[in-house]
Amino acid sequence: MTHPLSGATAIVGLGITPQGRVYGNTPLGFAVDAVQLALADAGLERGDLDGLLLNPGLAWADMGMGSFQLQQAMGLRDLRLSATMNLGGATACAMIQHAAQAIAAGLATTVACVFSDAPLKPERPEGQRSSSGSAYGFVRGWEAAYGYFGVNAMYALVARRHMHRYGTTQDHLGAVAVAQRRWANLSPAAQMHEQPLTLEDYHRSRWIVEPFHLFDCCLVSNGGLAVVVTGRERAREARKPPVYIRGMAQGHLGGDPSDTLSSGAVLSREPAFRMAGLTLRDVDVVELYDCYTFTVLVTLEDYGFCPKGEGGPFAAEHVTGPGGRLAVNTGGGQLSSFYMWGMTPVSEGVIQVRGEGGRRQTAKHDVALVSGNGGVLSTHSTLILAREPS
Amino acid sequence: MTAAYTKPLPQATREMAPFWEAARRHQLVVQRCRGCGAHRFPARDLCSRCLSREAEWAPVSGRGTVFSYAVMHQVYHPGFAAEVPYAVVVIELEEGARLVSNLVGCPVGAIAIGMPVEAVFEDVTPEVTLPKFRPRARR
Repeated sequence: MTHPLSGATAIVGLGITPQGRVYGNTPLGFAVDAVQLALADAGLERGDLDGLLLNPGLAWADMGMGSFQLQQAMGLRDLRLSATMNLGGATACAMIQHAAQAIAAGLATTVACVFSDAPLKPERPEGQRSSSGSAYGFVRGWEAAYGYFGVNAMYALVARRHMHRYGTTQDHLGAVAVAQRRWANLSPAAQMHEQPLTLEDYHRSRWIVEPFHLFDCCLVSNGGLAVVVTGRERAREARKPPVYIRGMAQGHLGGDPSDTLSSGAVLSREPAFRMAGLTLRDVDVVELYDCYTFTVLVTLEDYGFCPKGEGGPFAAEHVTGPGGRLAVNTGGGQLSSFYMWGMTPVSEGVIQVRGEGGRRQTAKHDVALVSGNGGVLSTHSTLILAREPS
Repeated sequence: MTAAYTKPLPQATREMAPFWEAARRHQLVVQRCRGCGAHRFPARDLCSRCLSREAEWAPVSGRGTVFSYAVMHQVYHPGFAAEVPYAVVVIELEEGARLVSNLVGCPVGAIAIGMPVEAVFEDVTPEVTLPKFRPRARR
C-alpha cells in the first residue's frame, strides 16, 4: 500500500539569490529575496503562502523568532504554519518534510522553506584576506587552551578515525573534490565554475587541518535559498514541472561520531525508500550533503552505494563525476558550487529532476536522492524527489 | 618563566574547576559516575548512560593511547602563531574517558593512532597547569 505522504506534495518553486562574496545584504534581506524568487519561479504570489519555515544561518546570530521576523518583513498575513528550525545541515530536508506533513494533513496549503546567511565580510582595504575560517572557527571554551578550534578540526578528528579503521586515503578524499569540481566546471552558477582542479592541484593545496586540504572543505557563502512546497493538486497548475516528494525520513544516531563513523543515513534510508516505493537502483541523481569530502564518502557508504568503509575506493574509481555511473553532487556541491547548508543539495535535486541542469543535466532524471547532515554526523535527513507522484 | 604566556587559558567553570585544581597538583582526574561507574570527560551534570546526577572526581592513571589527532595549520589565536602546524590529539585513557589535549616530545609526523602515552603537566602560569601527554613505552 502506498504511504499517504508519498507523492502527496511537490516542490513547485525554487529561489536562489546570488551566492558567495555578495555584500550589502542582511541575512533577513537574503531570505526575503530568496522567497520572492521562489514564488516567481512557481508563478505564485506572496498571498498564496500560508506557511513559512526558516533555517537561520550563523549571521542571524541571536535574532529570535526568525520565521516571525521574516513574516513581518515580507508582510505575510494569516499564516497557518511557522517555525524557526535548526538541525544544522539536516534542516533543509527536515523543513521540507514538515511542510509536506502539514500540507498532507490539511494544516497548510503552500509553504516556503528558506535558508539564508551572510557570514562573509567585505575584503579589508589593506587587502587582508577575509577568512571564512573565522566564521566557523568557534572557540570552544577550555579546549582553546590546547589550540582546538573550529568545525574543521572536529570533523578532521573523525575523518582520521575513518582512515585508520578502513584504510581511507588522502587520494580518496581528493577524488571527491576533483569529481565535484568537474561538475562545477559545467555549472555557471558555481562559485568555482571557471577553476579546474586535478588530483595534483588538490594535493598541492594548502592544509587547513590535516587530513583536510583546502579543497576538502566546503565553501562559505553569503546568500539565500528558498523552495515552495504545495499539495499535489495545486502543483499540477504550477508554472514549472512539479518535483514530487516521494520519500522522507530522518535519522539522528547520537553518541560519538568517532565510534559510529556513520551518518544517520543508516537509519533514514530504509523508511525513506519504503515510503517512496523505490530502491537505490531507481536513483538517477544523488545530491549528498558535503560539508567535507569525507562526509560524501561516509554518506555514500551509509546509503548502501558501496559497503561500509569502502566509500574511499568507490570515489577513487571515478564513478561519481560527469560521465560516471553514479551522478553525485551534480552542481559541484557545497565544495565547489555554494554553501547554503542543506539547501544546496535540495536545490540541485530540484534542478536535475526538472531537467534544468544545462550542460550538467543527467540523461535520466526521474528520481533524486537528497541528504542533509548537521553537526558532526550528528543529525541527518533524507528526501527522495521524483518527476512522477507515484 | 620569563616570556608572558600568550595562549588562551582555560576558564575555571563550576563544572571543570576540580579538573584544573587537580592539574595544579600534577594530578589527572576525571569525573566518575556514582550511578554506573563510567569515567567521563569533560565534566557534565548528568550521566548520559544511566542519567544519574551524582558524580565524583576520580584520579586516573594518566595512561592511555592516541585515539585520533588533527594537525592544525590555521592560526585561530595569535598565541599559536609560532606553533603551526601543531597537533590536537584525543587521548583515550585506560579508564575509558577521552580527553582533547596535546602531545609533547613527539613531532607531528610521528603521531599515530594507538600510540601509548602518559600524562605530563605543564605549569604554563603560576596559577594554571595544563595536563598534556607524551609517548611512553608499550608495556
